[in-house]
Amino acid sequence: MTLRAESLTLAYDDRTVVSGLDLQIPEGRVTVVVGANACGKSTLLRALARLMRPAHGAVLLDGRAIHALPTRQVARQVGILPQTPAAPEGISVLDLVGRGRSPHQTWWRQWSAADEEAVAAALAATGMTDLAHRPVDELSGGQRQRAWIAMAVAQQTPVLLLDEPTTYLDLAHQVDVLDLVTDLNRRDGRTVVMVLHDLNQACRYADHLVVMRDGRIAAEGDPATVVTAELVTEVFGLGCQVVPDPVTATPMVIPLSRHHSARAVTA
Amino acid sequence: MSTVTATAVEDRPRTLRPAVLGLPLRPRLVVMCVGTALAAFGVFCLGLALGDYPVPLVDVVPALWRSGARGTVFVVHEVRLPRALTGVLVGAAFAASGAVLQAITRNALASPDMVGINAGATTAVVAGIVLGFGDTLGTPTLGLAGGLLGALAVYLLAWRRGSTGFRIVLVGIGVSWMCTSATDYLLTRAKMHQAQEAVGWLVGNLNGRGWEAVRPLGVAVAVLLPAALLLAGWNRNLQLGDDVARGLGTPVQLARGLLLLVSVALVSFATAAAGPVLFVSLAAPQIAQRLARLSAPPVLLSALTGVLLVSGSDLLARHLLPDTDLPVGVVTGAIGAGFLLRLLVRSNRAGSGG
Repeated sequence: MTLRAESLTLAYDDRTVVSGLDLQIPEGRVTVVVGANACGKSTLLRALARLMRPAHGAVLLDGRAIHALPTRQVARQVGILPQTPAAPEGISVLDLVGRGRSPHQTWWRQWSAADEEAVAAALAATGMTDLAHRPVDELSGGQRQRAWIAMAVAQQTPVLLLDEPTTYLDLAHQVDVLDLVTDLNRRDGRTVVMVLHDLNQACRYADHLVVMRDGRIAAEGDPATVVTAELVTEVFGLGCQVVPDPVTATPMVIPLSRHHSARAVTA
Repeated sequence: MSTVTATAVEDRPRTLRPAVLGLPLRPRLVVMCVGTALAAFGVFCLGLALGDYPVPLVDVVPALWRSGARGTVFVVHEVRLPRALTGVLVGAAFAASGAVLQAITRNALASPDMVGINAGATTAVVAGIVLGFGDTLGTPTLGLAGGLLGALAVYLLAWRRGSTGFRIVLVGIGVSWMCTSATDYLLTRAKMHQAQEAVGWLVGNLNGRGWEAVRPLGVAVAVLLPAALLLAGWNRNLQLGDDVARGLGTPVQLARGLLLLVSVALVSFATAAAGPVLFVSLAAPQIAQRLARLSAPPVLLSALTGVLLVSGSDLLARHLLPDTDLPVGVVTGAIGAGFLLRLLVRSNRAGSGG
């Protein structure tokens, strides 16, 4: 299952958000998209999921334009979790996760043993089995995000797109969700593309990092080679030092600020 | 927060939701549907038995198939059955329509009463009565046309690069009030006997409904109710928001358009047959949703609840105050609102909110 953007231009009405972008998503790896606010990273993710029609160019799924494919067929290949989705009041975790099965269902077979199995597996994989019958709106923020991820997991798509899955979570839950996403990638070999805000987390969890600026790709590749102080300054307009993460040795960005300018610190 | 381990996967619990005949088994929903259906059938039979010529309950069911004494068959089958069937169909149609609309818009207030569909049908029918073209076109046609026009106006005015549930509600309330003003204006211009006919119809009435009311509505319900049930899967996904629904393979605009059309058609046919029977399309789905403990109104249980509500209300309207010819809409308003308030108060106390 390959996913590729080819001279992709995305626009809302007259405002062009992404222009002429080429991107090959590495199969079976975790790709993380970062960039300043309004750089077009969420828009790019929406287009990859077929939620948005390109103004020019195309998103290609296995070489075929994703907009020419039937919605249901795409939904069996590519799962998307938008940023902070809203669950209807009173819906149980089990019902929410069960809806992830809808691309596999038909008019005459709305629920099958395979659906049940996929939902049970998704709940187990996300550690939500014990909360299956609880209403989603009674869960904590971290549990709620896990429930949504479980829905996307139950969809059983080879490609999983996540738009800022850690928004509004405290640090412990952010790490928890990112570890869970890594599990999904390592265990089932799913291709993952996610938008993240935190550069250090992006460097830690990405196999492939895509840095965007003004609707274009400023740099991409292995975080260790891509992330430099010059790049961060250029893309985010922020002076910084880049040091190795003491836990993972991946790049760690330490920002400078007006009151704290660079002192000669040896990394 | 538990971590994911290999044991968590192996340690899979009992079956969560078994599949039965290609549908997920929901015991509570099944029990509620059967219970409501039985209650509705009981009230239906009671309605056929009671009246100026009481018929023993045991003779009612055979008389439906025209077996039994000739007098009994005449009273049950010819005199009372059309009115009772109209009540059943109207209840099912209003309630199913409300269930669909409340689910699409994710808003309990989005009953057809509120968002212009009912009001459009009402204005068209009253215009037919007052301006005198009602007899040539027929009430069902007028009701359907008015409802469709009302809904079309709402849909087009709410459209901005696609439609959203919330905008439909807001625009619908606006269109609804415009139609109500038009109806009021027509009534001020009407002659006395026309105004009386229009007002009798305006509150929702089953008095004197015959087979001519049953047939078009029966066909409409027979087609549209299964359609609503088939589209329920799309509707469930729409409740998760447009992006999630699309990600799950739902053709969002097509689904919303079709669901809206089904809802509008149901309520227009029902309004044409009995007038805007108050509150059924708002209360019945909400009652059904709470009975089934689901996150959105279930269509079939809503329809059955609507049948029970309208049939029961008509029974009360006829026998509580025998000589007043009380229109059924007055009773559904009182009973439906009362029951809904009770449910709301109870669920608030239980802490589960609306």
